[in-house]
Amino acid sequence: MSAPIISLEGLTSTTSFDQLLATAKSGGCASSTCGLSGKSGDMNPAVWEKIKDHPCFSEEAHHYFARMHVAVAPACNVQCNYCNRKYDCANESRPGVVSEKLTPDQALRKVIAVANEVPQLSVLGIAGPGDACYDWKKTKATFERVAREIPDIKLCISTNGLALPDHVAELADMNVDHVTITINMVDPEVGAKIYPWIFYDHRRYVGIEAARILHERQMLGLEMLTARGILTKINSVMIPGVNDEHLIEVNKWVKERGAFLHNVMPLISDPAHGTHFGLTGQRGPNAKQMKTLQDRLEGGVKLMRHCRQCRADAVGLLGEDRGQEFALDSIPGEVTYDPSKREAYQEVVASERRDHVAARSEAIGMVKAAGSGKSLFVAVATRGGGRVNEHFGHAKEFQVYEVSPRGISSVGHRKVEQYCLGGRCDNATLDGVIAALEGIDIVLCAKIGNCPKDQLAEAGIRATDAYGHDYIETAVSALYAAEFGIQPLAATA
Amino acid sequence: MAFKIIASQCTQCGACEFECPSVAIKFKGERYVIDPDKCTECKEAFDTQQCASVCPVPKTCVPA
Repeated sequence: MSAPIISLEGLTSTTSFDQLLATAKSGGCASSTCGLSGKSGDMNPAVWEKIKDHPCFSEEAHHYFARMHVAVAPACNVQCNYCNRKYDCANESRPGVVSEKLTPDQALRKVIAVANEVPQLSVLGIAGPGDACYDWKKTKATFERVAREIPDIKLCISTNGLALPDHVAELADMNVDHVTITINMVDPEVGAKIYPWIFYDHRRYVGIEAARILHERQMLGLEMLTARGILTKINSVMIPGVNDEHLIEVNKWVKERGAFLHNVMPLISDPAHGTHFGLTGQRGPNAKQMKTLQDRLEGGVKLMRHCRQCRADAVGLLGEDRGQEFALDSIPGEVTYDPSKREAYQEVVASERRDHVAARSEAIGMVKAAGSGKSLFVAVATRGGGRVNEHFGHAKEFQVYEVSPRGISSVGHRKVEQYCLGGRCDNATLDGVIAALEGIDIVLCAKIGNCPKDQLAEAGIRATDAYGHDYIETAVSALYAAEFGIQPLAATA
Repeated sequence: MAFKIIASQCTQCGACEFECPSVAIKFKGERYVIDPDKCTECKEAFDTQQCASVCPVPKTCVPA
């Protein structure tokens, strides 16, 4: 594991507001992007209240808040060609992969242990392997136990939708106000290529009939959630040659039915995974194909462009998984919830994010006012807190921002290998980092040496640590202003 | 007649346990086991064996 993303010592050894504030500024989120960016001006205040602490539904929230998944519902009623539920590997990070399955009581212990140690924890999700709505008794038992002990934690599920209509009323009763449905098609002909079978109403269905039933149940479930005001995110797996073009149609259908967010994810496929697609040579899209499709989807349901496709037992801030720190056998048999760290952290974040929101809106206003008409792609090394605060050589990923007359938008991330490990910097790795940064104009980081800086420059990528520890938006807007000859704002932090 | 679970292939997802109309399937020790005395092969209850229909691994829930 890498170092914790936030200094927990900071929260255990002090209650001084200023010191906590420093902690919140130093960390917050290992990744920097998931969900909607910022609080948009036209957002309904009630919706904002729901998403503001949910890292997967709000880009702004994910700088500060963490989620954890518990794998309590392993049974599934749909077979997907990209899934192999026998697979288990601690070194793999992708949906449906898990190291240990938990009973509801074990899950409660784990949630309490994490809540006591990870002050950023705000969301508990059940996201496979298996289906949370089909394996409903275990899902419900887990949520009831956790809600009793930690009443303010947000509950969230991910489902294939087949059994969803049967449980919408109970989800509402349990205050589950975020649901993700994986919808890969709205045409059963397409669905038949993705789903070999479903188990529904006590029998197995195959082919087009299976896909038709699944489609109808997904649409019904989405409509029922929308009617109850439960926010719904649609996950779609982009499978080139199978449903890539079709996802434009999917976006239209789910928009009409009130979906809040659409997350198009690349198919992850490898023969070693043992999935049908992996074994039959179906491959995922490359970054360019992904972005082309996402750009075509703009204007429909809002897109989430920065999902990390995390494990089904992930713990921590998006982009970093601390799950291995909380393996069940490392947790005592008896654990008692201590809310002090989470409460102290939440108080600090409330103050810090007011400052951040103001800085962001000022930065966006300046970029829009610049009227240059040009775009800039900026890659940012961040350890979270919404700031340029990671060293170039320590970054495991760079957040990519597009700055244009439309404002500042987070458009994805580039995963890289750490160029410097244990004080040694590896030039072979640097070549890989430079390749991963293709198309980027400028790299922002907290610190960078002359050698990597020169090599980046040779590849046509400028890098600077001049904006270290500024808010990302403040730094990016200042850069934009400098680039296109406009009077910059004073960078504040 | 009864069905059985090939434990070495079973993912232990537990779907068969709650689909079984005869409450014949239990997690015992380290594996799911079908009690042959309780298993009816779903005769009179359903057209197909529920455990075998829901099992995600081919040839893992089979006639004993």
